[in-house]
Amino acid sequence: MTAPATAGPEPAAPGTPGDVVLDLRGISKSFGAVAALTDVDLDVRRGEVVAVVGDNGAGKSTLVKVLSGVHAADTGEISFEGRRVRITSPADARALGIATVFQDLALCENLNVIQNLFLGSELRGLRLDEVQMEVRSWQLLRQLSAKIPTVHVPVAALSGGQRQTVAIARSLLGDPKVVILDEPTAALGVAQTAEVLNLVDRLRENGHGVVMISHNMEDVQAVADRVAVLRLGRNNGTFDVGSTSVEEVIAAITGATDNAVTRRRVRSREPRPTDPPVPTEETR
Amino acid sequence: MTADTSADTGTSADTRPTDRQDERLTQATGLGGAARAQLDRLRAGDLGVVPVIGGLVLIAVVLQLLNPVFLSSTNLVNLLLESVPVGMIALGIVVVLLVGQIDLSVGSVSGLSAATLAVLFVDQGQPALVALLAAVLSGTVIGLFYGFVFTRFGIPSFVISLAGLLGFLGLQLYVLRGIGSINLPFDSQLVYFAQLAFLPAWLSYVLVAAVAAGLLLTGLSRSRERRAAGLSGASTTFVVVRSVLVLVVAGAAVAYLNTARGLGWMVVLFVALVLVMHYVLTRTKYGTYLFAVGGNVEAARRAGIDVRRVYVGAFVTCSTLAALGGVLAASRLAAANQSTGTGDVNLNAIAAAVIGGTSLFGGRGTAFAALLGILVIQSISSGLTLLNLDSSFRFMVTGAVLLLAVGVDSVARASRASHGRG
Repeated sequence: MTAPATAGPEPAAPGTPGDVVLDLRGISKSFGAVAALTDVDLDVRRGEVVAVVGDNGAGKSTLVKVLSGVHAADTGEISFEGRRVRITSPADARALGIATVFQDLALCENLNVIQNLFLGSELRGLRLDEVQMEVRSWQLLRQLSAKIPTVHVPVAALSGGQRQTVAIARSLLGDPKVVILDEPTAALGVAQTAEVLNLVDRLRENGHGVVMISHNMEDVQAVADRVAVLRLGRNNGTFDVGSTSVEEVIAAITGATDNAVTRRRVRSREPRPTDPPVPTEETR
Repeated sequence: MTADTSADTGTSADTRPTDRQDERLTQATGLGGAARAQLDRLRAGDLGVVPVIGGLVLIAVVLQLLNPVFLSSTNLVNLLLESVPVGMIALGIVVVLLVGQIDLSVGSVSGLSAATLAVLFVDQGQPALVALLAAVLSGTVIGLFYGFVFTRFGIPSFVISLAGLLGFLGLQLYVLRGIGSINLPFDSQLVYFAQLAFLPAWLSYVLVAAVAAGLLLTGLSRSRERRAAGLSGASTTFVVVRSVLVLVVAGAAVAYLNTARGLGWMVVLFVALVLVMHYVLTRTKYGTYLFAVGGNVEAARRAGIDVRRVYVGAFVTCSTLAALGGVLAASRLAAANQSTGTGDVNLNAIAAAVIGGTSLFGGRGTAFAALLGILVIQSISSGLTLLNLDSSFRFMVTGAVLLLAVGVDSVARASRASHGRG
């Protein structure tokens, strides 16, 4: 492993370092000749947000699928709350207490918020207990301080951020220990992104371990405690967000410290008018 | 009556019900609030059954002006009885449309079921009940077959049922081969039920009163349960007014029908099945699954719903109701022949479901769509017959109404989208 700077699973979480809930060791997964994941380690503690970042094809989605039981890992160990476990189906993951919110959210737009929250786990099938379901819905939404005015509108009427909220609230229905969010802010505007990031904060406060897949370094900086970088299906370092610069993380993502992104960051960080010969127009 | 915006939601002790605490909500309470909420929904394009009822009233007024016999109690009694067989089929179509599929073969299935009934009952001398069950079960089996082919091989339901339209028409002709037409004896229970069985006047009033009382009691207990759980409940006035309205309107309608032959048992059966279907669609897990599959199959699958079973259930319900419609059509006509279920039966059933407000794209619709839609179609048919206009006009007018109904729905959908009501 090409581990730069502060690699390794040292207990670096600031504030409240809980116990490790989910621990992956040496996970590998191949699709035919393509090794999507090779020897990947990841650990998540209670009340901690771990961001998983990486370039396209770095294996983020595969990692999510392994964790959520969509794909089983070829080799490697998964421990959940200290016990060795096997996750071979989505039901396994759910039974353990790993909830996943996929990028497309998987909501039924024609159903209302309550129906979506309880889809597949309705109370009392032959005479739906609508009152209990609504009460529980409000509890979940309040727990997330969600800004949804009414639960009786179809989800089609909600904004992108509100839909993300509903999807996250739904994942909390089974009282999970770990919540996995796949690109939760990818399609959202500024205000809605802030709303969702608040939600992530709220999950942490409530003691959930959160794995957040993201492309967006600002979001990662805003809410994550640690950043795990994947590159070409391998770990490429784990960083403590409080004490790491964005450049270092980007360097780990791209595998090089010297590229256009880091150069621009350096330039903008230190706008020195004292070196005119720096080739600013070179790029034209 | 808007919310007092000073309340700091969530932190201060909020006395408002849990679902009414967001300051962006208008606080609609009491009878006026309920009326205003309904009006808002309409304005936003969430029309529900309002356009159909409006259309029905319009059609009734126009036809009554053209021929004063149209709204006579005698004609309405007949109109209701005539509506039932195809209405029954339309009720099944609603379910299939809800999951975003279509069944074009309901006419053939109803014809096959009618032929099966007649052959078993008249030719083979089986008891009426046996013939009836066999006929209806033939529909169930066809639905299972459709469901199997659809979920196993992924052939579009359009194609499967188009094949069924031809295939089961052939089977119907085969069952009736060499016979052509079988008359059901007039003294049989089946024909009696479909032609001559009417509720005694007192029983029809008791039934209406029972329905209104049921609505009142469930409404009150629901809002009491909601309040006990800290949610907003419908105001007692609203529930009472709603029940009284049903009592008065349905009571008046039944009283008017009773001036002629009265309310047919077949009509009662149909309305009862519509109510049962309404319950299933709105108050059971299975109903939610139908809407979920019609709205987003992938989401339904990921939520752990057995999507295949939902599809199979929808096809079975549709074909079974189509077969029941065929039985009723044969009983009503006191005969089953090679043309039972052919012609416009298919398209009328589908048109009824769509006119009633069921979306062709899945995920939207109610059980009442079948009832209201078939009333529209049957009113047109009855009115034009009274005007001595032949079926050429009936087809043209029904076609125009269908287009109009779908047009209204499309415009309403655009409005819904812009008002964020999906």
